[in-house]
Amino acid sequence: MSAAYPPINPPLPSSGAASRSAKSGVWVAMFAITMTFAAFTSAMFVRQGSADWIHIAAPPILFANTVLLLLSSFTLEFARRAVRAKTQPLSAAELRTPRIAVSFTLLLGLAFIAGQYLAWRQLAAQGFFLASNPNSSFFYVFTGVHALHVLGGLAALVLLSFRIFQRNPRLAALPGVSLYWHFMCALWLYLLFIICTRL
Amino acid sequence: MGKMFAVILTIIALVSAYPIVTHKYVQPVDISTHGHAIDEQLADTMAEAGLSFVLAQLLLAFFVWKYSSRKEGSKVFQLPGGAKWVIVAAFIFVGTEVIALSFLGQKAWAEVYFTAPKADALQVQAQGGQFAFYFRYPGVDGKFGPIHPDKIDEGNSNFFGLDPANDVESRDDIISGELAIPVNREVHLLMHSKDVGHSFYVRELRIQQDFVPGLDLSLHFTATQTGRYEILCTQLCGLGHFNMKAYLNVLSQEDFDKWMKQKISEQ
Amino acid sequence: MDPALQPQTHVHAPPQGFIRKYVFSLDHKMIGKQYYGLALVSVFIGMILSWLMRLHLVWPNTKIPGLEAIAKTGAPGGVVTPEFYLSLLTMHGTLMVFFVLTNAPFAGFGNYFLPIQIGAEDMAFPRFNMMSFWVTFIAFVALIAAFFIPDGPPISGWTAYAPLSAIGKDAGPGLGWGQNLWAISIAIFCVGQLLGSLNFIATTLDLRAKGMTFMRMPISTWAWFLTSCIGLLAFAVLLPACLLLILDRMAGTSFFIPSGLVVSDRLQNHAGGSPLLWQHLFWFFGHPEVYIAILPAIGIVSHVLITSMRKPLLSAKVIIYSMMSIGFLSWMVWGHHMFVSGMNPMSSLLFSFPTLTITIPATIITLIWLGSLYGANIQINSASLFALGFISMFVSGGVSGFFLAQPSIDIYLHATYFVVGHFHMVMGVAAIFGILSGTYFWFPKMTGRMMNETLGQLHFWLTFVGTYCIFMPFHYLGLVGNVRRYSSFVDDFMPALMPLHKFITIAALLTGAAQLIFLYNLIYSRFRGKPAPENPWNGTSLEWSVPSPPPWNNFGGAHPVVYHDPYQYGVKGQSGDYVMQTSPEKIPSE
Repeated sequence: MSAAYPPINPPLPSSGAASRSAKSGVWVAMFAITMTFAAFTSAMFVRQGSADWIHIAAPPILFANTVLLLLSSFTLEFARRAVRAKTQPLSAAELRTPRIAVSFTLLLGLAFIAGQYLAWRQLAAQGFFLASNPNSSFFYVFTGVHALHVLGGLAALVLLSFRIFQRNPRLAALPGVSLYWHFMCALWLYLLFIICTRL
Repeated sequence: MGKMFAVILTIIALVSAYPIVTHKYVQPVDISTHGHAIDEQLADTMAEAGLSFVLAQLLLAFFVWKYSSRKEGSKVFQLPGGAKWVIVAAFIFVGTEVIALSFLGQKAWAEVYFTAPKADALQVQAQGGQFAFYFRYPGVDGKFGPIHPDKIDEGNSNFFGLDPANDVESRDDIISGELAIPVNREVHLLMHSKDVGHSFYVRELRIQQDFVPGLDLSLHFTATQTGRYEILCTQLCGLGHFNMKAYLNVLSQEDFDKWMKQKISEQ
Repeated sequence: MDPALQPQTHVHAPPQGFIRKYVFSLDHKMIGKQYYGLALVSVFIGMILSWLMRLHLVWPNTKIPGLEAIAKTGAPGGVVTPEFYLSLLTMHGTLMVFFVLTNAPFAGFGNYFLPIQIGAEDMAFPRFNMMSFWVTFIAFVALIAAFFIPDGPPISGWTAYAPLSAIGKDAGPGLGWGQNLWAISIAIFCVGQLLGSLNFIATTLDLRAKGMTFMRMPISTWAWFLTSCIGLLAFAVLLPACLLLILDRMAGTSFFIPSGLVVSDRLQNHAGGSPLLWQHLFWFFGHPEVYIAILPAIGIVSHVLITSMRKPLLSAKVIIYSMMSIGFLSWMVWGHHMFVSGMNPMSSLLFSFPTLTITIPATIITLIWLGSLYGANIQINSASLFALGFISMFVSGGVSGFFLAQPSIDIYLHATYFVVGHFHMVMGVAAIFGILSGTYFWFPKMTGRMMNETLGQLHFWLTFVGTYCIFMPFHYLGLVGNVRRYSSFVDDFMPALMPLHKFITIAALLTGAAQLIFLYNLIYSRFRGKPAPENPWNGTSLEWSVPSPPPWNNFGGAHPVVYHDPYQYGVKGQSGDYVMQTSPEKIPSE
């Protein structure tokens, strides 16, 4: 048999693998995150059976945060569509919309995290801490773990906005990041539902 | 080397099966009314699993003997019929076994878990704690006094956290370090854990059940032979786990009455 | 494909410098070797721990030189105390299950060979890949650190049942910071495995070479792919479980701790938690974990076996579908670990049926192997011997599962040595045989040198006979009713069984010592072994089409094209009785 493959110079492009991988990576991660929150949810259902289960009122600021997160999802989708329609490389004019949209997403995402922090402060002011009762425990766990995942998305958005403000930016990660961000938004709607009806 | 593999594997299979076939290692005598069903199930499974074990190992040894290190350039060939018969065989043989064992096994399980204790069963409460069992009999009133965890005081032998000063039912409760029961009478064992998970295992009774903190379970069984048997904790419960044991004392009705009288007088 | 998204030509640049090459490497091959190395260190530590346990069981007064330096309270004067036994048991189980059985066959070999076998240059996310190893390494350091803190390692077993594991140091030494380190280590480990699984799945889905359809992937690749699907979901459940455990321990919540517990004469300040919740979450991970250990071994062994038999399996597809059904069923059986745990007795029956059903795909896999041996031309070498040994172990460990899957029999056998014998054979030894088979098979590819065959076969005979001598008697002990996790047998029931226990201990010491031959062979061959050719076993899959060891980008920048199913043996090819996947020649039968 032949020895090594003969080197080809320049190497063949691997057909958009980066973008596709980023997207399938996010899909796979979504399965794992869904599983994690399913585990938390089933833990909550089991824990509900005990006598010390008491309802706590959700801090109203959560609804404002929900609006922020929904808006951020729209702006990122806006950016993704603006880029998708164009042929590369993108001109400065073509980059204007996605640049603004991504910046807005970043700001709204940060505002969401700040809002969640305020919600924790409000709850703590009412005397509900992590270990006060099972409902507050689950509240902090649900929102805390979700916030950690959102922070992960924000980190990706920061990297993306560094790139998008360069000349001829490589935006292979954009579809993946936006998919993840929408998922964070959907996950939050689910958690909000759980918090309002169950906790 | 292939032949050596075949020979050694055959020896291993036969030597492994030898103590089983000769009944060198078997369960201790069964002293319960439900245990025979478990033992039968175990024997059936042993026959089926043992046979599968020996056959599979011998078949492996035979094929390796026959088809290893053949002459250079020997032609390889496939089993006639291919994978089809393998799948059919697996489904038919293993499938029947699975269904048969599931149905048969259900009977033995149901005898332990899906029957209610008789109304005249002797009620005893068992408490698991690091690292001892304690047993409580309800006394003449037939009622257990309530448990107050904050009253538990091992130094003063208040193992259950009873409050006889305030609870009338607690006053005649009898506490014992061993589980004395009359022979041929059903026992309804109420299980309570003081601290962490423990388990109640009596080999001869064919009974094993965990103590779950915060969840009071119950068991019922009838012992058919007098004697002293070990009660072991089989759920890892901390440093003294290996030392957590008590005795089950199966007594004749007269001896049990005597034992009970003495316990009452000690109270 | 979006036109604006520019394709990436290289996954990463060739590594420069020592740190980038050997420490923080992005190369999947180096990361695979790092995982393997970590598993190797763990397996030897775990083995020494098991020696200490076995010695303590039969000769409790043995002085072990040097032990006092590591465990002052656990082993004063070098003599293991009954209490320290529980620490040894916990650390042995945790190291072996997580850091050996998950790391070596799945993360180790998988990282090295999955990209090569599908014709990719590297993993889909090399940076995540590097992170996944180093996160796992931190988990390892956190776990080992438990040996060196004043309280010593945790004592709650590798299953860490709550509330014993959740209460804190009131419940016993080692349950303070020792248990904290355990929970933190496992949580971090989960993160590492999740990153790894994500990478495996994305790589398999997206980076297959031209012509590499799913059904043209070797069985080993399939096994790693399915394992990563299982691992992704299993570790995604263990991670939140560990998080809740950590909160119970360190933040005072009550997820797993009920009210009214009196531990060390102190009423615990917790209320309402459920101990069974931990068991459910843990075993929901724990049972699939068994398949995370064994599926890669099944894949590796099939791969080795086919190459050694010089003919294809009766049906590779059936093996792949059987692995899939095992993976699917693995999600419905976790309750069979909890038959006597106080779970609803009705659910025991419901969990028992799928558990027994798993024997059907497992039997099919075994029968396919056996049926394929018929008419083969088996090349006996260290790799194929371990593969054949694996089949034997898989059968031995499998049939004992038949007992434990039945709740009624489990009443008697639960928590006895029968269980210990069962899972050591089917999950421990069998998976280790898979690892060893893979090591002898792929070592030439990984290092460019052959291993010493004489030493390899000596290692096999000692290990094969030795492991049977250790683990078969465990079943007999269990049948008699010898309970596990006891550090001494302080009763009159046991003396009759002591000779058998002594036999097991001697067998364990000898079998363990035989592993030094392997270690010597590994190190010696790495530096002094005969240079390995590109395709020493006349294999057909893609890893044999690149030099040994492969260059940093696997295929020298070229993109291989795949023409055939993975196992074209017993045919008339240009180079012998096989046709490689990358060879464009025609095969008449295809």
